[in-house]
Amino acid sequence: MAHAISQAGHHHGHDHDHEHEHESLKTFGFWIFLITDCILFGSLFATYVVLHQNTNGGPTAEELFKMPGIIAETFILLTSSFTSGLAVLGMHKGNMKQLIGWLIITVLLGASFVGLELNEFIHMVNHEGASISTSAFLSAFFTLVGTHGLHVSVGLIWMIGLVIQLRRRGITTVTKRKVAVISLYWHFLDVVWIFVFSVVYLMGVM
Amino acid sequence: MFDKIKDFASDFFVTGDPMILGAQVSIGLTLVAIVFVLTFFKKWGWLWREWLTSVDHKRIGIMYIICSILMLFRGGVDALLMRVQLAMPNSEFLQPEHYNQIFTTHGVIMILFMAMPLMFGLFNIVVPLQIGARDVAYPFLNSLSFWMFFWGAMLFNVSFIIGGSPDAGWLSYPPLSEMSHSPGVGEDFYIWGIQISGIGSLATGINFIVTILKMRTPGMNLMKMPMFTWSVFSSCIIIIFAFPILTVTLALLFLDRFLGAHFFTLDGGGNPMMYINLIWMWGHPEVYIVVLPAFGIFSEVVATFAKKRLFGYKSMVFAMLIISLFSFFTWAHHFFTMGSGADVNAFFAISTMLIAIPTGVKVFNWLFTMFRGKIQFTTPMLWTIAFIPCFIVGGMTGVLLSVAPADFQFHNSYFLIAHFHQVLIGGVAFGYFAGLYYWWPKMFGFRLNEHLGKWAFWLWNIGFYVCFMPQYFLGLDGMTRRTYTYSWDMGWGPLNIVSTVGGFLMGLAFLFQVWQIAHSIKFFKEHKVGSDPWDGRTLEWSIPSPAPIYNFAVLPKAEVADVVWEEKQGTVKKQPVPTTYEPIHMPKNSGIPFIMSAMWFFAGFGFVWGWMWLTIPALIGVAICMLARSFSYDTDYYIPAEEVKATEDAWRGVKV
Ligand code: HEM
Ligand SMILES: [Cu+2]
Repeated sequence: MAHAISQAGHHHGHDHDHEHEHESLKTFGFWIFLITDCILFGSLFATYVVLHQNTNGGPTAEELFKMPGIIAETFILLTSSFTSGLAVLGMHKGNMKQLIGWLIITVLLGASFVGLELNEFIHMVNHEGASISTSAFLSAFFTLVGTHGLHVSVGLIWMIGLVIQLRRRGITTVTKRKVAVISLYWHFLDVVWIFVFSVVYLMGVM
Repeated sequence: MFDKIKDFASDFFVTGDPMILGAQVSIGLTLVAIVFVLTFFKKWGWLWREWLTSVDHKRIGIMYIICSILMLFRGGVDALLMRVQLAMPNSEFLQPEHYNQIFTTHGVIMILFMAMPLMFGLFNIVVPLQIGARDVAYPFLNSLSFWMFFWGAMLFNVSFIIGGSPDAGWLSYPPLSEMSHSPGVGEDFYIWGIQISGIGSLATGINFIVTILKMRTPGMNLMKMPMFTWSVFSSCIIIIFAFPILTVTLALLFLDRFLGAHFFTLDGGGNPMMYINLIWMWGHPEVYIVVLPAFGIFSEVVATFAKKRLFGYKSMVFAMLIISLFSFFTWAHHFFTMGSGADVNAFFAISTMLIAIPTGVKVFNWLFTMFRGKIQFTTPMLWTIAFIPCFIVGGMTGVLLSVAPADFQFHNSYFLIAHFHQVLIGGVAFGYFAGLYYWWPKMFGFRLNEHLGKWAFWLWNIGFYVCFMPQYFLGLDGMTRRTYTYSWDMGWGPLNIVSTVGGFLMGLAFLFQVWQIAHSIKFFKEHKVGSDPWDGRTLEWSIPSPAPIYNFAVLPKAEVADVVWEEKQGTVKKQPVPTTYEPIHMPKNSGIPFIMSAMWFFAGFGFVWGWMWLTIPALIGVAICMLARSFSYDTDYYIPAEEVKATEDAWRGVKV
């Protein structure tokens, strides 16, 4: 990859500078990707807001949402965001054990979030007859919440891949950037979830 | 058993239309011929190593352009078929369903698979060279974007021989595009073809924003950036905000069709109007995405061939940024007649008219640049000059359309068809042709034959006016868009035949362009040029044609705008010829983008037919490709300093 800054006068440690530049370039691009992801979620939220009353005679939000479960999910996801932060802290201290340990805990928390959410979905479909094809409201609900869940699931696979890479290669400029990027992603999903929680669930039961 | 296979085959392949049968046979033969030639000349390895896996932005750009020219052919054949059908009243040349399919595929192909890749091709070739960079920010992602576009376009294109084409118009309005009205697979081809290539476009948007913000050569601050680069930047800003909306819209439509969701259906609480809002929130900005880079090209060409600095650089930049912002506030002018209410209509009418102001500023800037310049009438300049009146007329008819009450009259008539072709052909197509002619020598090291180019130019222009001017009158006379046929007593016959003649003149013009390219390749020695054939102004003209793989052996300094021109004028000091070189860091080729995008193709194909046995493994394949990339660390290499020196010395003619 080519570089933004002239190479003149960097004979010593010249490789090293390149690497830093690369990695910061990638982080910057990831921020822009997150902007596009914001627009994506924004469109899904807008759709949900337009359609959330069109229940077509099917179950309504009030009948469907079970707040205790949702609050547990929220709590788990917020905690996982915190543990991913601890992983980054460990990385900055150069503490490999702490880094990998917290990442694994984050993965476990994330997986339980996805598990609970799947459970909620299955319950809705099997016991309440509320599937994606029941009404426009439920189409929008499953799509919005499901897209978030899909993002979390992708993050899990990615994080597991990263743990393996960290074990093989240790903390390097490249793996550092990768950890920073995934924790950025993870916090982002947290923020999106806060919106899901308020716009979908809280407003649904209120 | 045999009957079952036969049933399936008649469902799978489109049968019963002699023209499509002809196309199937010729596509089959072409494929066989390509395979034969590649095998016979043992070129498979070369193709794979040098092109399919290349991450070099210049090669990727060339591949975009080749695909785009092929798509221009396909979209053009569609256009001519429609024009033949409409030439005479009561014509039965095409079946009505076939006509619907053709106007749908024509629109989609021209905008998404012709204009977009031609634009991306030029982005790729020009932007890194103009900003003095060795590559784009993410070369691997760049290759992925190209292959996603390629395989998405292929998925869309096979629909006409396999399964049947979509027929709900280029924006697929529900309920026409819903299961209830389009139970066939055509709409699913539409959704997945566009979705896959759209993801590629989004990634290109991100890639070029970062490239332009972070990879400029030392000294080049934003206000010294060449105008084309500015236009790419504005266009990419629109891309990153508009394309996610398209992704969502198509995904929702797909969920309606595939899982019986009710986003846009007429029953179940769905709301078709929401689709129309969403699709135009992407669709309107999309027209600015494609037209802004054309404006950038005109700015470069005008300055180069009038031998003057671009008039009003700052106002150009400002106008461009304003347009990219405003493009998001006009979408509702596409459905003034669909009951949004007077206030909403007034807002969108005014915001639409406002866009005319920055656009007008640009036109005046181009005119002032030409004023008192020593104009050279090369082909790129001719296209630029022809664009100006064409765009002024197109812009004025556009303002007419943006007057909400008037739109009730013109809406969906041929007046509209004439208007948007005037801006799309006169603005976008002419602009990209100018760009292609202008930068062709930089891509290949030889110029395109100017004599044949002038023939093509005049035929395109005459054909254009002959084809589309009558359509304004047809529209005023009540001929509606997507009319399949009309009777003698409507009195539309004479103007329609004139229009069809114009269409064929443009077809002929295209043949001249193909001939021009073939001729120039054949006699390329006579057309060979050096690094700076047009006496250019910006950095791309300071390096060899074609550019070496690393572009710049030493990153140039760019303390003023139009550095190369200023150096030639002696207003700034020439940069010294380097004596020593350093090794250059470059990305390695990779087969992953090609394979991963092909996996997407199969996943999409599986979704189209409901074949989960194909989709699921293909999606797993996509995931494996992503992990494989994440796990590969050996992705770059260094070009040794001696090699750089040898290349540079050879170019400078230094004897060793
Ligand atoms: C080269 C000469 C061209 C000719 C003769 C031509 C002709 C036509 C015709 C006859 C129609 C159908 C009108 C109708 O039945 O409603 C049409 C529609 C359309 N054309 Fe073209 N066209 C040309 C080039 C282009 C280009 C370069 C673009 C875009 C970059 C373009 C974009 C479209 C679109 C978006 C539609 C609307 C399709 C729809 O109704 O869904 N055309 N064109
Ligand atoms: Cu518009």
